[in-house]
Amino acid sequence: MAGQRPSEVEITVDKVVEDLRVFFSQALTGNVPGPDEDYFAQGLVNSLLALELVAHVEWRFGVSVEVEDLDLDNFRTMNRIAEFVRKKRSVPLP
Amino acid sequence: MTTMDSADFADSVRLDAAEWDRRGAVPAKVIWTMAQAGFLATDLPARYGGCDRTQAGLGELCADLGGVCSGLRGLVTVQGMVAAAVLRWGTVDQRVRWLPGLARGELLAGFAATEPCAGSDLSAVTTSVVPERGGLRVRGNKVWITFGQLAHVFLVLAELAGRPVAVLVESDRPGTVVEPVQGQLGMRAAQLADVRFDGVLVPPENLIAPPGFGLSHVVGTALDHGRFTVAWGCVGMAEACLRHAATHAANRKQGEVRLAGHQAVRALLGRCLADASTARNQCAHATELRQRAAPEAVVETVLAKYVAARVASAVSERAVQIHGAAGCAEDSPVARFFRDAKVMRIIEGSDEVAEQHLGEYALRWRP
Repeated sequence: MAGQRPSEVEITVDKVVEDLRVFFSQALTGNVPGPDEDYFAQGLVNSLLALELVAHVEWRFGVSVEVEDLDLDNFRTMNRIAEFVRKKRSVPLP
Repeated sequence: MTTMDSADFADSVRLDAAEWDRRGAVPAKVIWTMAQAGFLATDLPARYGGCDRTQAGLGELCADLGGVCSGLRGLVTVQGMVAAAVLRWGTVDQRVRWLPGLARGELLAGFAATEPCAGSDLSAVTTSVVPERGGLRVRGNKVWITFGQLAHVFLVLAELAGRPVAVLVESDRPGTVVEPVQGQLGMRAAQLADVRFDGVLVPPENLIAPPGFGLSHVVGTALDHGRFTVAWGCVGMAEACLRHAATHAANRKQGEVRLAGHQAVRALLGRCLADASTARNQCAHATELRQRAAPEAVVETVLAKYVAARVASAVSERAVQIHGAAGCAEDSPVARFFRDAKVMRIIEGSDEVAEQHLGEYALRWRP
C-alpha cells in the first residue's frame, strides 16, 4: 500500500504535505483534509490510524518519533507534520 | 539467561496443561523456567535486558506455547504488551527503570484496560488519575486482567481531566485490591483477576507519555503487540488441533474401518489443513511487515489476528467433532483448545471491531 521510502533526495515541506495528502486520501474515504485542517478535532483519525500515522512519518521521512515529540501540535495538521519533519531532519543524527 | 528452544520447552509441559486448566493456575516454577529461558519480553533490545528476538522468533515462540497452553502464551502476551508500550513511549529513565525487570520476569506485568462499562470502546473508561501533591491519585475498577493475580505492576488506562492517560501502578501500593476470577470459559490457567484501585498514589514518573496519548499511542502500541502474539498463538492452537485430529482419525477404528477411511472425515481434515495454512501465511505476512517497520503493519496485524483467531476456532471445533465423545471428555486437549479459541475471538479486539478496521482498510483499494 505505502509508497517507497525516499532515498537521500532532499525532503521539502511541500513534498511532505503532498505525501501526507496521498496518505490521507487513501486512508480516509473521500475526506482529504486541507493542509491546515485539524483532522483529530474533526474526528477523522481513529486510534489505529493515529498509530499508523506515526509509523508512516517515521518510515517515509526517516525521522524517529520519540515520547518527547508526542505533542498534538506536531501532528494535528499536514502543515504541522511537515514543519515537525523539517525540524527533526535539520538536527544531525548522533 | 539459559538458552532453551521454545519447541522443546513446549513439548516438556504438553501433558501438564490439562491439569493447569483444571486447577486454574500455571505453577510458579514453570513461569520461572520461562523467565530464565528468556521467553518474557523477549523481543526487547539486549541493552534493556531482552534477547533481541526478532518478530519472526517471537511469533514462533507464541505458536509453540499456544499449541500447548493458552495460559503460557497469555503470559508472554501480557508481558510483551506492557514492555512494548514502555519501550516505545517511555522516557529513557522509564525504560531503564522498568524494562530489565520485565525481561528477567522479576516483574510480572498486568494490562488493565477493560472496565465493567468499557470494553471494545476503551474511550469510555472512567478510571481517573488526579494530580495532587506527592503524585498521581488513581481510582477505578478494572476487570479481566490476564495474570492479574500475579502481576507486580499494572499498565492502567485512565483519564486525567478528560484526556486518556496510561499509568503504571505497582500492585503493592496501598489501595490496590486484587480479586481472582475463576471458572471462565477459556484461558483458565491464566490466573485472571479483577483489580480495584482505591485511591492509589503513584509517583508522577509512573505516567507513560503525556496526557492525551494514553489510549491511541500507549495502549495502542500494547494492543498492537498483543494482537501479534495472540495471532501466532492461534496458529499454534490450530496446528495442534489438526495434529490431534489427524492422529485420532488415523488410529481410531470402528469395526474394521479407520475413521480416516471415511471421505467425510478426510474432507474435514483437508479443510483444517487449508485453514491452518492460511492463518500461518497471514501471520508470516504481518511478521515481515513488522520486521521492516512498515506503516501498514498495524492493520495487517489486525487482519492476521482476525484470521488466525477464526481459524483456531473453526479447526478446534472440527477437531472436537472428529474426536466425537472423546473430544467432549473433561481432560480432552481439543475441548480445551475449543474453549480457548472462542476467547481468542474476543480479546485484543473482537471479530466485529476488527471487521470495522478491515472494512476501512479495504476501502483503500478503491480506484
